[in-house]
Amino acid sequence: MEIEEHFFRHESGRIVAALTRLFGVGNLALAEDVTQDAFCRAMETWKLRGLPKNPSAWLMTVAKNRALDILRRKHTARAAEPELTRFLESEWTLVPTVEEAFSARAVKDSQLRMMFSCCHPRISEEAQIALILHILCGFNVMEIAQAFMSSHAAIEQRITRAKKILAESTTLFDLDDTEFPSRLSAVLQALYLLFNEGYHGSSPEAAVRMELCQEAILLINLLIEQPVLVTPRSYALAALMYLNAARLPARLDGSDNLVSFFEQDRSLWDHNLIAEGQALLDLSASGTELTRYHIEAAIAAMHTSAARSEDTDWKQIVSLYDMLMAIHPSPVIALNRAIAIAQLDGPEQGLREIGVIHDLHRLSSYPFYPAALGELEFRRGNYPVAKAHFSSALALARSTMERNFLQRRIDTCKKS
Amino acid sequence: MTEFVYFYRGYEQPASPDEMQKKTAKWMTWLKDLSDKGHVKSLGEPLQPFGKVVKGAKKQVIDGPYAEAKDVVGGYSIIVAKDIEQAVAFSLGCPIFEDGGSVEVRPIAPLELGDGN
Repeated sequence: MEIEEHFFRHESGRIVAALTRLFGVGNLALAEDVTQDAFCRAMETWKLRGLPKNPSAWLMTVAKNRALDILRRKHTARAAEPELTRFLESEWTLVPTVEEAFSARAVKDSQLRMMFSCCHPRISEEAQIALILHILCGFNVMEIAQAFMSSHAAIEQRITRAKKILAESTTLFDLDDTEFPSRLSAVLQALYLLFNEGYHGSSPEAAVRMELCQEAILLINLLIEQPVLVTPRSYALAALMYLNAARLPARLDGSDNLVSFFEQDRSLWDHNLIAEGQALLDLSASGTELTRYHIEAAIAAMHTSAARSEDTDWKQIVSLYDMLMAIHPSPVIALNRAIAIAQLDGPEQGLREIGVIHDLHRLSSYPFYPAALGELEFRRGNYPVAKAHFSSALALARSTMERNFLQRRIDTCKKS
Repeated sequence: MTEFVYFYRGYEQPASPDEMQKKTAKWMTWLKDLSDKGHVKSLGEPLQPFGKVVKGAKKQVIDGPYAEAKDVVGGYSIIVAKDIEQAVAFSLGCPIFEDGGSVEVRPIAPLELGDGN
């Protein structure tokens, strides 16, 4: 019998969240220790004995027993929810209360509340993502540092600081709180950034990036499964993730080479994800609010609904980019818009659009900026200029995959 | 055929849930393979890394074992092999070596007065 990939990681996030609800956020470190301990026991036992019938229940039981032990010996300061504390103080109600905290529904609830807690306004965006990956997804500091191409020390400091702010609250964020809407914005933004880090990120390892996308999807699913909490923009962000993730399998060829969007084998796209993404996009079309998630999901849907690259409705995509620039202008979005315009009106027009991008200097270290210039010059037949742009892009490339891709474009320029 | 005990020494805690899972899977694969070939008499038991040591005429009880983490017995298995060379050869696939641990291979002394090994 095999357990699914990353089973330990995901269980870890679930158990920490459940324990934090029982112990209070101030005792996060204790919750993490108990969880770590349960995994050590699992590892030592399973490696000799093989897997138990229900690995998840086995781990939960170890964690539950340890929690009961700790609560009986009053090792924790009060778990600040008065309601819960009352139940934990009496032996009559202690066991059922702990049992309940580990029920499937309560665990999901605790995970969600933990996610909202991690997005505290005093915690920086970068730290929010690191914290979510660490606490809810079970990545350790080293793994997060690798994913973000950052140093171990930097991530550690980021997480330590964030945990201090977290520990100042007594309880996990209450989903009935009046601050819910603004906190939801922060949560969606963090999940969006997490997904993008996986999708366009800097980590040279394709596997790591896929994992980040998968984690973001698991977390957004938690949010849209809750009818009470779900909002159109949550659906829109979920749609965006599904529709983009659907294209991931085609982004690399058999030898791990990046495949240009226009040359992707569309039969490799995940059509189940596309159908689900499309359904989520339909669900997002309610209410009065139009967010960047809605528009980006709509753009992704334009791509996934075209059977062949040449069937793409670029006119519609350009107008979606116009809307996106109106509500959320950024040089990267402007660059993507220019590329769409080049598809519609030819490379010269695309180059003109790039030339007038506001804040163009902010793209100076973004390899896809010179790469886009190279691509459009190439289409004009301006091979030496194209080659020079691809060389600039090569100097900025962040991973072997990007470097190989650009090197191949340079070689093509030489041959042309 | 002789029975041997493998004492697994070295108690390295992997750094993350993902690594623990990979490590657990490696051990399970290694032991399952030995088991499928009929070389495992008992998978044995894992031991907690702590305990008590009782010693001396005074039967003094102390917390122990006082060993470096790498010398603590973390568990044992009982396997069956033709001779000690083969028992050693079987141990080479144990994942413990990746963490700087060791496997102590000890023949179980036979009860009957035979040639032993």
